[in-house]
Amino acid sequence: MRSRVKTGIALLLTAIMLFPVYWMINVSLTKDTDMRHDPPYLFPVHGTLEGYSAVLHQQIPYLGTSFLVGLGTVALTLVISAPAGYSLAKLRPRGGGLLSFVLLMAQMIPGIIMAMGFYAIYLRLGVLNSAAGLVLADSTIAVPFGVLIFTAFMSGLPDELLNAAKIDGAGTFRTFRSVVLPVSRNAIVTVSLFAFLWAWSDFVFATTLDGGGTRQPITLGIYHYIGNNNQQWNAIMATAVVASIPATLLLILAQRYVAAGVTAGAVKD
Amino acid sequence: MTVSHSVMSRAEVAAAAPARAPGRRSGQWAAWGFLAPVVIYLIAFYAYPLYRNLDLSLHKYTVRSFVQGGAPFSGLDNYRTVLDNPTFWPALRHTVVFTGVSLVFQFGIGMALAVFFAQNFRLSATLRALFLVPWLLPLIVSSSTWSWMMNSDSGVINSLLKGVGLDPVNWLTSPSWALASVIIANIWIGIPFNLVVLYSGLQAIPSDIYEAAALDGAGGWQRFWRVTFPLLRPVSAITLLLGLVYTLKVFDIIWIMTKGGPTDSSTTFATWSYKLSFGNLLPQFGPGAAVGNLLIVMALLFGLLYIRTQRRAMT
Repeated sequence: MRSRVKTGIALLLTAIMLFPVYWMINVSLTKDTDMRHDPPYLFPVHGTLEGYSAVLHQQIPYLGTSFLVGLGTVALTLVISAPAGYSLAKLRPRGGGLLSFVLLMAQMIPGIIMAMGFYAIYLRLGVLNSAAGLVLADSTIAVPFGVLIFTAFMSGLPDELLNAAKIDGAGTFRTFRSVVLPVSRNAIVTVSLFAFLWAWSDFVFATTLDGGGTRQPITLGIYHYIGNNNQQWNAIMATAVVASIPATLLLILAQRYVAAGVTAGAVKD
Repeated sequence: MTVSHSVMSRAEVAAAAPARAPGRRSGQWAAWGFLAPVVIYLIAFYAYPLYRNLDLSLHKYTVRSFVQGGAPFSGLDNYRTVLDNPTFWPALRHTVVFTGVSLVFQFGIGMALAVFFAQNFRLSATLRALFLVPWLLPLIVSSSTWSWMMNSDSGVINSLLKGVGLDPVNWLTSPSWALASVIIANIWIGIPFNLVVLYSGLQAIPSDIYEAAALDGAGGWQRFWRVTFPLLRPVSAITLLLGLVYTLKVFDIIWIMTKGGPTDSSTTFATWSYKLSFGNLLPQFGPGAAVGNLLIVMALLFGLLYIRTQRRAMT
C-alpha cells in the first residue's frame, strides 16, 4: 500500500517534470487559429499535422546536415579518444597525469569562448560555414569526455588479457585493435552516443561558425523559425519534437549507457 | 634499507636491466604514439583557439584588421574598456545570481528526488529514467518550449496563474522578470543531472548504516541529516562544483529566450561576450574576447577546486 502511494507521488512528480515536453507536443499539433485561444487547449482538440508538414517541406535539409555532422563528430571523437584512453589506462606514459589534468580542465572552458577563437581562425582560413568546420568544433565538446570514459573503462581491463596478446606476439597496436577495442564495446557506445547527441544539439558553434552557410544544422533551423518572428508555433514545436527524436531513442534504447555517461563526468567508478 | 632487501633489488635490477631498459623506452614511444593524435588535437583545436582569443583581447581590432591582420597591440585596454562599461557590474551580478540560484534549486530538488527515488517502489527505475529527458533534449528545444510557455499573452503559465486568481507576468519582456525566467528554465534542465549523480552516490551508502540508525530510533528526517547528508558530502561537493562550472558556461538558454534583454536585464558574462563580438552591427571583438577570458578564469578557478575536491574524495 505504501509502495503504491509512493508510485502515485512519483507519477505525479514525473508528470510535472515532463509537462514542458508534453506542452511541446501539444502545441506542435495545435491549429494556428487555436494557438492564441484563451485559456489554451490542454489537448490538441482540433489536432492538425500542419506543423509536421512544414517540417517535411522546410526542415529536411537541416536534419540531414545535423545527422552528417553528428556522424562526423562521432568518427573524429572515437579516432582521437580511444587510442589516448588506451595509452593513459595501460601504457603508463610519462606525463600522462598532466595530460589527464589538461583534458579535465579543457572540459571546463565555456563553448562560447571556443567558438570565438574558432571564428577568428576559420575566418582567416576561409572555412566558415562548412560542415567539416562544424564537425571539428563540435568534437571539442566530446573529445575530453571520450578520453575520460575510455581511460576509466580500459583501466578496468585485466592485464592478463593484454599480456596474453603480447605473448602471442602481438605488438602494442595489434593488441589495441584486436583485443582492447573489441572488448571496449560499452565504452565505444557511450562515447558515440554522447558525441552524436552533443553535436546534434549544438547551437553555440552552429550560430557562430555556420550562421551564413547553405548547409545548416537543425538547431539553426529552429532558431531561424523563432527569429523570423513568425507566429507558426506549431511548426516551431513540430521541428522541436523531431529534433528531440535522437535523445528519445537514446533514452529508450541505451538507458544504462546514458546513466553511465552522466555520472562518469562527476564520479569515477 | 636491510641487506636482504638491497640484495633482492640488486638481483632484480640485474635481471631486469638488459630486457627492461630498452623495453621501457620503446614502451614510452608506443604510449606517446597513442597519445599523439590527442596531443596534436589539443594544441590545434584547444590551445590555438584560446591563444587566438587571448590575442584578440590584447589588440585593438577593427573589422578590417580582424580579417586581414595587423591590429596594433593595446595591452590591457580592452579589459579596461570592459570594466568601465556600464554593463559590467550588472552582467557580473546576473552571472552570480543566475549561477547561485540555479545551483541551490537544482541541487535541492535533485537531492530530494534522489532520496525519494532511492526507496524502492514499483516503476521507480522507469520514472527516474524519464526524469533524464529534460537533460537530453537539445537546449534550443527546451528553451523555445519555455519561451512559448512563458509568452505573456498566450502562454500556458500565465493562463495557469489566471486560473488561480493571480495577475499575469511578463516573463520574458519585463526587465524585473527576465532573469528569473531564464533561471527557472535552467533549473528545470539541471535537475536530472543532480538527480542521477546524487542517486548514484546514495547507492554507494551501505544499507546496514541505515538499519543501525533505525535501530537507534532515528526517524526519516534524522536519518537524512545525520547519515545520508554527511556521507554524501564528497559526492555533493563534486556535483555542486561541476554544476557551477556548467552553469557559468550557460549561453544557449539565455540567448534563445531573452538575448540577455530586455535592456541587459538577463545578461551574463557568456551572453555579453557573444553580444559584443557577434550581436551588434559593429562587432567589438577585442572587448568580447576580454569578457570571454574573464569567464574562462572564473570557470578554471572553480574547475581547479573541483579537481582538488574530486581527488580528495577518491583517496
